[in-house]
Amino acid sequence: MRISRRSLLGLAGAGAAGLALGACGDGGSGSGGAAGGTIRWWHIANTDPMLSAWADMARRFEAANPGVTIEITALENEAFKTKLTTNIQAGDPPDIFHTWGGGVLAQQAEAGMIKDLTADVGGWRDQLIPAALDAYTIDDKVYASAVDTGMVGFWYNKELFAKAGVTTPPDTWAGLLDAVGRLKSAGVTPIALAGKEKWPGHYYWAYLALRIGGLDLMRQAAADKSFAAPDFVTAGERLSELVALQPFQTGFLAAGYSTADGQAATMGNGKAAMELMGQWAPTVQKDSSAGKAGLGDKLGFFPFPAVDGGRGRITDAFGGGGGFAIGRNAPAKAIDFLRFIAQPDNARIEAKTAGVLPVVKAAQDAVTDPNLKSVADILGSSTGFQLYLDQAFAPAVGQQVNDSVAELLAGQASPQDVAAAITTVAKQG
Amino acid sequence: MVIIERRPAAPARPPVRTRARRRRPWPTIVLFLAPALLLFGLLVLAPIVVAGYASLFTWNGFGVPTEFVGLENFRRLLVDEIFVGDLRRTLLLVTLSILIQLPVSLGLAMLLNQPLRGRRVYRLVFFAPYVLSEVVTAVLFTMIFSPNQGLANHITRLIGLGDLGATWLADPDTVMYSLFLVISWKYFGFHTLLYLAARQSIPPELHDAAATDGAGPWRAFRHITLPLLGPTIRISVFLSVLGTVQLFDMVWVLTGGGPIRSSETLAVSMFQEGFKRFHVGYASAFSMAIFLISLVFGLLYQRFVLRRDLEGAVTTMGDRR
Repeated sequence: MRISRRSLLGLAGAGAAGLALGACGDGGSGSGGAAGGTIRWWHIANTDPMLSAWADMARRFEAANPGVTIEITALENEAFKTKLTTNIQAGDPPDIFHTWGGGVLAQQAEAGMIKDLTADVGGWRDQLIPAALDAYTIDDKVYASAVDTGMVGFWYNKELFAKAGVTTPPDTWAGLLDAVGRLKSAGVTPIALAGKEKWPGHYYWAYLALRIGGLDLMRQAAADKSFAAPDFVTAGERLSELVALQPFQTGFLAAGYSTADGQAATMGNGKAAMELMGQWAPTVQKDSSAGKAGLGDKLGFFPFPAVDGGRGRITDAFGGGGGFAIGRNAPAKAIDFLRFIAQPDNARIEAKTAGVLPVVKAAQDAVTDPNLKSVADILGSSTGFQLYLDQAFAPAVGQQVNDSVAELLAGQASPQDVAAAITTVAKQG
Repeated sequence: MVIIERRPAAPARPPVRTRARRRRPWPTIVLFLAPALLLFGLLVLAPIVVAGYASLFTWNGFGVPTEFVGLENFRRLLVDEIFVGDLRRTLLLVTLSILIQLPVSLGLAMLLNQPLRGRRVYRLVFFAPYVLSEVVTAVLFTMIFSPNQGLANHITRLIGLGDLGATWLADPDTVMYSLFLVISWKYFGFHTLLYLAARQSIPPELHDAAATDGAGPWRAFRHITLPLLGPTIRISVFLSVLGTVQLFDMVWVLTGGGPIRSSETLAVSMFQEGFKRFHVGYASAFSMAIFLISLVFGLLYQRFVLRRDLEGAVTTMGDRR
C-alpha cells in the first residue's frame, strides 16, 4: 500500500519537473545535445525475437557511426505509455520512441516535445507505401516515420466453425449474429474477449460505426468534436444485439488480453471460435497458448462484416501501426537511424522475425506467413483507413470510448449513454 | 468579570534548562538535519505544493499550466459519480476490514497465544502473505480467480457451486468482496502479529489473578485482554484505514479498477485521469483529495482516539492535548 503514495507523489513530481522545465524555456539541452553521443531509444518490442533483432540493428548502426551509442529501453505497451507520459510531462522525451500516431502524437507535437520530420522523411518517403505516414501527419507536418502497419479483423477457428456448421465466414452483421447463434447451439464459445483491458472491446463499436456511417462519419466527429450523430447510437444498438446473445467466454469482464487465461489464450487453446484483433493476433495466440503452439492451419481471417444499409464498405479498414518519433533534444544522428531502419533490408528483418506488415514497399516480399499475407492482401486493396479511435482522438476521448463501450458490453450503459458520454468528453477537449 | 485561568501560570524557567540551551551546538544540529530536511522538502513537501497548484488548472501536463480555473476541479470532483463511488467503495472496504478482518486477526492472535503444537509454524504461515509485495499478491490471485484454470473455480466446482469462482472478479456486484478477500489474505497476518505481540506483553499475573478470582476465559478476555490490547487495536484500525484510502497497486494489477469502474479506488481514478486521459489538473485534484482525507482523518484520529495512547509521545502538539 505504500507504493500508492509513491505514485501519488510521482504524479505530483512529474508536474514539478514540468514546471521547472517550463521555466527554463525551450533552450534546455537534453542528454544528447552533442553531435554523435548517446541516443536513447525506447520501443515496445520487449520480447524476442524482435528485442534481439532491434538490438542487433542498433549495434550495426553504431559500428557504421563511430562515436554514437544507442541506449535501448524496451517496455511492454502499458508500462511504456506510463513511462513515456511521465518523461514527456517532465519535458524530457527519449530521443527515439515508439508512437501509435493520432491524438496522442498531436498533443506531444503541440507541446513542442518532438521534432517536425517533414523535411527529413522526404529522403525516404517514396520507399514507403502511400498511407504509411497518414497517422503521423498533423496539419501537414510529419512527426514520425512509420515502421509497420496493420488492421483489425476477425480471426477464426476453422475447425470450430465447421463443427457448428458455419461453412463460410459471415460477411454481414446479420450473418455474424447467425453464426454466433449456431456456435452457441453447438456448445462452442463464439467469441473471446479481454474485458479487463478495454481497448479490444472498442474495436466492435468503432468498426460498427465505420460500417454504418463510413469514413465521413469519423471525419465529421473529429471536426465537430461530437459523437452525437445517430449513426454512433446505431452502432451501439447493433453491438447490443451481439451482447444480448452472450457470445463471450465466461468471466470475460475480468479477462486480460495476453495473460495466461486471457483472450489470446482462450483463442489459441481452441476454447473460442473467434476474436476481433489486429494483425499481431496469431503471434500472441501462439505465445499465450498451452504448449506455445497456437492454432496453426486451423486459423483463418475475415474482414469485419458489412452492416445492411450502412454507408461504409466492407473494404474500409480499421487499424493502425507503429512508428518512431524523435524527441526535441535528440542528436541529428537519431534521424539518420530512422533512415537506416527504413532501408528495405532492415524492414525485411522486421517482417520476417516479428511477423509484422512492413510499410517499406520493397520489403513486402518478406511477408510469407499465409495469415499475415491475407491481412496484407485485404489491407492492400482497402478503400479507406481509420486509425484506432483510442489513438486517433485526444487521449481523454479515446479513454472515454473504451470506458463507455466497456459499460455497454457489461450491460450497464445504453447505446445513447455511450454516444452522450463520449460527446461530453470530446466537447471538453 | 472573572477570568478563570485554566492553566496554571507558567513557572519561571528553571535555570538548568537555560544553561543547557546555551550550550547546544547549533552548527552541528543544522549540519546533520539539513540533508533530511532537504529530502523531506523536495520529496514530500514540494510535490504536495505542486499538486495543490496544478489542481487549480485545466492542464494536460505538457509545458506550463496556463488555464487557471480556481477551485473548479474540486467542484467537479464533488459531483463526479466516479469520485463519489470511490469514496463509497473505500468506506465499504474500511467497514469490512473493521468488522471482519481485524476481529478475525484478533481471534487468530488469541489462538496462536495458546500452547498449540506447531505454533511457530502457524505464525510463520500466517505472516508469510504480508511479506509478498502487493503486485505479486495480485498476480497470484488473478491466477486463482482465473475463469478456466483457476484454483477458485476448481474448488467451487468440487463443492458443487459450478463456475462461481470464475465470475467473482468479473461481476460488478461481487468484485469488491473478492478484492476485500485478497486484501484480508495479505494483511491479516500483519495485524495478527501486532495483536500477538501486544497480548504477550500483558503480564501473566493479571490472568492468573483473574483465574484465582474465578473468571472464565471469556470474562478474562473481555475485562483484561481486550482493554490492554486497546492501544494496539486503535493503531491497527488507524493503519488499516489509511492503507485503504491509498489503495492502488493491488487493485491496479488485479482488476484495473474494473469490470467497468466497479472496483476503482481514489488512487486508481487519479491514475486514470492523469496517465490515461492526460487530465493532470483534475488528477491533481484527486491527489489533493486523497491527501486531505488522509490528513484530516489522521489528525482527528490522533486527537480523539489515540489521545491517551500518545500521551507524552512526540506526536502531540505542544502541551495542548
